[in-house]
Amino acid sequence: MIVDKLEQSLRPPETNMPPYPPKYITLASGEKMVVHQASREDVPRLLEAVRPLVTVEKDFYDIVAARLYAELLAYQRYRVKDEYVLVGTIDGVIVGIVNGRMVDDKVGMSYHTVAIKRGLRIGAQLFAAKMEYHMDYLGQQEVLIVAESPIGYRRWMIEYELESRPSTWHELGGVPTHVLTKALWEKHKPMKCTGRRPVPPEMLEVAKKLILPSEYPQIPGFKR
Amino acid sequence: MRKVGIAGVGHTKFGRSEVSLVDMLALAALEALDDAGIRTGRRHGVDQVFVASMGAGILNRQSSVASALVDTLNLQPAMAETVENGPASGASAVKLGYMAIASGMCDVALVVGGELMRVVTGWEATDFVATMLHPDAEYAYGLTLPAFAGMFTRLYMDKYGVTEKDLAMVAVKNHEHAMHNPVAHIQLVPSFHAIIEDEDAPVINPYVAEPLRVYDVCPVSDGAAAVVLCAMDLADRFRKKPVRIAGIGQATDTHVVAEREVPTDLLAVRLAAQRAYAMAGLKPEDIDVAELHDAFTILEIAISEEAGLFPKGEGHLAVRRGETRVGGRIPINTSGGLKAKGHPLGATGVSQIVELVRQLRGEAGGRQVEGARHGLAVNFGGFGNNVVATILSKEE
Repeated sequence: MIVDKLEQSLRPPETNMPPYPPKYITLASGEKMVVHQASREDVPRLLEAVRPLVTVEKDFYDIVAARLYAELLAYQRYRVKDEYVLVGTIDGVIVGIVNGRMVDDKVGMSYHTVAIKRGLRIGAQLFAAKMEYHMDYLGQQEVLIVAESPIGYRRWMIEYELESRPSTWHELGGVPTHVLTKALWEKHKPMKCTGRRPVPPEMLEVAKKLILPSEYPQIPGFKR
Repeated sequence: MRKVGIAGVGHTKFGRSEVSLVDMLALAALEALDDAGIRTGRRHGVDQVFVASMGAGILNRQSSVASALVDTLNLQPAMAETVENGPASGASAVKLGYMAIASGMCDVALVVGGELMRVVTGWEATDFVATMLHPDAEYAYGLTLPAFAGMFTRLYMDKYGVTEKDLAMVAVKNHEHAMHNPVAHIQLVPSFHAIIEDEDAPVINPYVAEPLRVYDVCPVSDGAAAVVLCAMDLADRFRKKPVRIAGIGQATDTHVVAEREVPTDLLAVRLAAQRAYAMAGLKPEDIDVAELHDAFTILEIAISEEAGLFPKGEGHLAVRRGETRVGGRIPINTSGGLKAKGHPLGATGVSQIVELVRQLRGEAGGRQVEGARHGLAVNFGGFGNNVVATILSKEE
């Protein structure tokens, strides 16, 4: 892609981020969820997966989906510094998406967690994968986190016993900033984060197909 | 005493309600009235309404729910009372309805149980449920029902050899049953391997109160269930042949669980069941289908033993042999039980009876127990300190 001068000046500088190594998790249903990092080329597919949720008021899906949609666009078009996207798939079907970014070498910022398939703690597992990326692969010391929904507040702020730090700025609204510190991560990781590596090549190949969900439990009667 | 039967049943989808408590109760009630062939309004013929709810006052800041329901359904001037007996409120309300008709005071009684619990967080709901424990000896020390169930399970494991795998078998069975029950809260069958054997199991099915894991504990649910009780001598008035209430037994035990002589015994269950069998003139071996209060998987096993369906300490062996699933010798919790159908506290006792009526009528679809004639329900209040057992029989 030829980047002209104006476009170049609009793009934030990029940090060389080590990739998130894919893993797979056996869910309660027995299904295997593969978690892998999405590329910019994957974004149009992910936008398609998120779009139906933008009008779902229940459980704040609309706010979270709309913001994630914008963040995915911003990632694809180089308008956010050091953003990443992780996606969860079952048999290649997109079941959840999480994203965040590096603020600097030591501090990360969690953006959003969307679980499309529900009842299997997919959101919790993808959030844990996101924290795993910040702490164990990007080598960061802290992750700044906010929540827009009561579910998010319970799952992150309460279950991870996040440190409240309202004086610290976060790019999103909702609950004032909370922080996952390295110590809190080490404390909760054994009970929150799981999965196996490496992902068998054939399983990973299927995961990368990023098949759009044919149904959304949040939208009864949805037809694609 | 007059014989009493059940002429109509109704049940909302358990899970999260989109309507208010009273509207939810009304939906279940209207379905039951319609099932019985009763119209609301003038000459409705309902003499008495009982509403079972444990938490309306605390969770929903609403009292006198029965009066509100009568007004909503236009059932004036029916008598109306709200009944609270912890998680056994539903069966208690059915018992009171039975007594009202058996005594001759009424001909027809509507019994509705319901709870709107998901207005609070899971932690708040757990704390609310714990208010039924002894305030000084138990609640003040932070004890909760999952904590009690965890300790009870540990004792049961040590004494009788119950394993975590046995508990997971109960969970999987009840989730499988729930897949055939359209009103069940959870429509998902966990994989036995995934929740207990897989290396990811400690995270995807974590301990809640060791040795109990997430899949050993019922969900927090909203929901309502209703039955129309009638005098059997008036059976011809109704659309369907009433299912007879053959026996009811109730018993209490110490409030403080630590004061029980043998902490693995559930004496109130044993006594309540014995009283119900005696009243019905039946024995445990006559029971074809049972709905037992599995708020925790261990309770299904323990209650099945205390109710005489299996020898003490052998309930888990029956689970291993597949005797408690549909198609087995004595299917238990065909509705999915509290574990998978859900446990809106005040609704549960009524919901159990709705399931038995459907089984005895042959209306249970994919979970039908063929040829079922007698059904047992055990509704468990407190940590076993107030228990109601009900036996229904199909009239030939």
